[in-house]
Amino acid sequence: MTPLLSVENLSIGFGNGPAVVKDVNFQVAPGETLALVGESGSGKTVTCRAVLRILPRIARIHSGRIILNGSKGQQDLTAMTERKMRTVRGDTVSMIFQEPMRSLSPLHRIGNQVSEVLWLHRGKTESQAKKTVLETFERVGFPDPERAYRSYPFEMSGGMRQRAMIAMAMVAKPDLLIADEPTTALDVTTQAQVLGLMKELQRDTGMAMILVTHDLGVVANMAEQVVVMHKGRVMEAGPAEPLLRAPAHPYTQQLFNAAPSIPEVSAPAAKPPEQDLILEMKAVSKTYKLRASSPWKPETLVHACRGVDLRLPRGKTLAIVGESGSGKTTAARIALGAEQPDPGSQILFRKSATSEPIAVHQMDRAQRTAFQRDAQMVFQDPYSSLSPRMRVLDAMTEPMDIHGLGSRSERRDKAAHMLQQVGLNSDMLKRFPHAFSGGQRQRLSVARALMLDPTLIVCDEPTSALDVSVQEQILSLLEDIRDQHGLSYLFISHDLAVVARIADEVAVMRQGLVVEQAPPDALFHNPKHPYTKALIAAQPTPDIERPINLKLVAQGAGDPDSWGDRFRFSGSVLPSLIEVEPGHKVRCHV
Amino acid sequence: MDILRYVIYRIGTMLLTLLVVSVLVFIIINLPPGDYLSNQIAELRASGQSAGVAKAEFLRTEYALDRPLWEQYMIWVGFMPGPHGFSGLIQGNFGWSFEFDQPVSEIVGDSLWLTVLVNMAAIVFVYALALPLGVMAAARARSWVDYTSAFIGYLGLATPNFLLALILYYYGRKYLDIPIGGLMDPAFEGQPLSWEKVKSVLLHLIVPTIVIGTAGASAMMQRLRANMLDELGKPYVETAIAKGMAPSRMLTKYPLRVAFNPFVADIGNLLPSMVSGSVLVSVVMGLQTIGPTLLTALKTQDQFLSAFVLMFVALLTLIGTMISDILLVMLDPRIRYEGKKA
Repeated sequence: MTPLLSVENLSIGFGNGPAVVKDVNFQVAPGETLALVGESGSGKTVTCRAVLRILPRIARIHSGRIILNGSKGQQDLTAMTERKMRTVRGDTVSMIFQEPMRSLSPLHRIGNQVSEVLWLHRGKTESQAKKTVLETFERVGFPDPERAYRSYPFEMSGGMRQRAMIAMAMVAKPDLLIADEPTTALDVTTQAQVLGLMKELQRDTGMAMILVTHDLGVVANMAEQVVVMHKGRVMEAGPAEPLLRAPAHPYTQQLFNAAPSIPEVSAPAAKPPEQDLILEMKAVSKTYKLRASSPWKPETLVHACRGVDLRLPRGKTLAIVGESGSGKTTAARIALGAEQPDPGSQILFRKSATSEPIAVHQMDRAQRTAFQRDAQMVFQDPYSSLSPRMRVLDAMTEPMDIHGLGSRSERRDKAAHMLQQVGLNSDMLKRFPHAFSGGQRQRLSVARALMLDPTLIVCDEPTSALDVSVQEQILSLLEDIRDQHGLSYLFISHDLAVVARIADEVAVMRQGLVVEQAPPDALFHNPKHPYTKALIAAQPTPDIERPINLKLVAQGAGDPDSWGDRFRFSGSVLPSLIEVEPGHKVRCHV
Repeated sequence: MDILRYVIYRIGTMLLTLLVVSVLVFIIINLPPGDYLSNQIAELRASGQSAGVAKAEFLRTEYALDRPLWEQYMIWVGFMPGPHGFSGLIQGNFGWSFEFDQPVSEIVGDSLWLTVLVNMAAIVFVYALALPLGVMAAARARSWVDYTSAFIGYLGLATPNFLLALILYYYGRKYLDIPIGGLMDPAFEGQPLSWEKVKSVLLHLIVPTIVIGTAGASAMMQRLRANMLDELGKPYVETAIAKGMAPSRMLTKYPLRVAFNPFVADIGNLLPSMVSGSVLVSVVMGLQTIGPTLLTALKTQDQFLSAFVLMFVALLTLIGTMISDILLVMLDPRIRYEGKKA
């Protein structure tokens, strides 16, 4: 069978620099899914964009051919004129991008943007195209296609926007769909549903797909063919099944080992509850008021946190897991005193086992300053949490500067020491953050958090913005430092697999409530709550034997009204958190 | 329906603002000690012309200048009956100019609409020039189109307006036979509107429009270019290209629509800066706009005249911002829906 797309000896460089894609070859058969796998900087995105020739202006295709054997006959995409190329884009080959939030124009209605593909390639008017677009909207799972047609992107959630993007890519029934990290920016449950949808659509229409991803779990669930790229070269290529069962190339093996997954565990032994708590949150609630649209309508109340009780023992890690909007970050901000909770909430902090607890939200000025030294934070995005205009040395010594600690040379020595602690060289102090990679920057953030010798660190999704292999390194680093310095972590994440490794206790949050809480072993061995089950089921694992169970995902990730009777939030009566076995609490009716 | 409600709301706030502005204008005008008439009376007394003094004293009572300041204000605006009953701004009586010894409405009558005309022409010029050039400079960033338009733009910004006026008049006269000075041929002044008169006005408008508009156009072009460049890097532009859109259509439909917002928001600032900024140019070019009148009125403490002109400029500003606000609401659904989403 002739391949639908064949990429032959493709080399691409930027300007006069060395090639970033070197001698890449692969073929995509009709109806097949090929996964391009690699870390950032591997050249996978440049390769897939070269197919449609949407490359940055300075990129040059040095050599190679890209041949498309679509419904319009054989075409050499590298030799085509720009004008002819436009008839391929969106029609024979279409593309979905990583960030659904920003890939749609904020000022045009979804219907307009999607049906535009048909005006361009089928010469239809807006009213003629509408019927086809509405059918496509229904197909990609919009409950009310008419309404979606009239909506603006900002009225939709991330998952819905990605569905709209998929509809846009599918509406002209292309032969090939290129998806560039289509689910990386989505919550794990939404990711599972979007992947499921893409697979289903592919089965129905028989189109081929190139899936660009860094996640081997996604690959295992979607692909028939795999191409592993590293530094612009193909490391390993072949059918998915044998490759995933026994990766031959050491780099692929390395990727495999780094891929986080939820361990299969046996029943854990119950542990006695800890007595020495560094942080205790009691009945913490936070309600935001949203301004009403008109003065005579009541204000809308948003319950970001509802009666959250959490206890963090000294030297341990407590993880809060949930999707965006679940209230996990609000809870962490309240714990740090960065946000005022509703009255009746209590947060107690004990600096050491023997010291008196202080209420975080009733501190005086001196206590607050002392508390800020004890509690530090590591942020999600290492690219924006370091000032690009400050040298590493200044960024690192600034906390000591603010608290008036040490002399200049002492601060400097401490910064150098901390850099070594996180695995960087002390001669990097003079550099600016742009000289560091994402993983190195996150190390810098950790080092900065350590400068004040804190006892408690809040980690807000510290690895979500990083590649899997780097994620693995940062997690090890965090573990080492915790054990070395006797730190306690409050760890926020949307990813159960990350948490599985580092946490001593996991609290799963949904809509401001803790729905299930247990040590990770107990949680993964015997998840009780439908939402926890959905989170676990939605986690893509690099194991073709364990595909995502979409049914479980759909059951748990939906509206709380769709949960079983035992777990349903009926009206204003919420089920309470009940200890079903020692140390394992579930929010359910008895 | 929502937009209609917003327009009504905006007009309401505009009227309120205008009221506050009138108080401020009145206070500022009365800040310097004395007024036109007391200055004149002092001068007449010194030179011993008692007849003139009597007339000035008469005018003082006639225009209620002998009353407390707040009463003067109320009479001026028309909230309180003056010596001749209710006769203030809201009744359409703009007051008396002592300097020119004429009602204010007669002095400003002609120059009012000429001011509006010149400024409208300049604004149309600014937008007509800045829009295509800004988009082109962004789409072809760091190419000769970009550099050339930037060069001309900076030249326009850096050249003093009156110098530009003189240069354009000289060469316009020499090569294109463009008339110098004024806004119409003197023969048409005071004549009823005719086709010939309109033609003369249009011909006289060419140079002032360019002179007043160039600096604004080059500043706006650079702003639009910067906005467009920001937008061109956004993922939705890539999406549009991946759809197979032609570059020109893609540019105008997507990034331009987003980059347009600050462009529209500028209308409000453009109107007043053109009135006050064009005073010097008007003097040099002999344009009968309101700018030079304002200057004389302020110098001589001709309070009703200057107050009226200041109110007029304020009104232009407010109308300008109102127009840009309403346009923004119509153009940008994010602004339109902001209240609803909550």
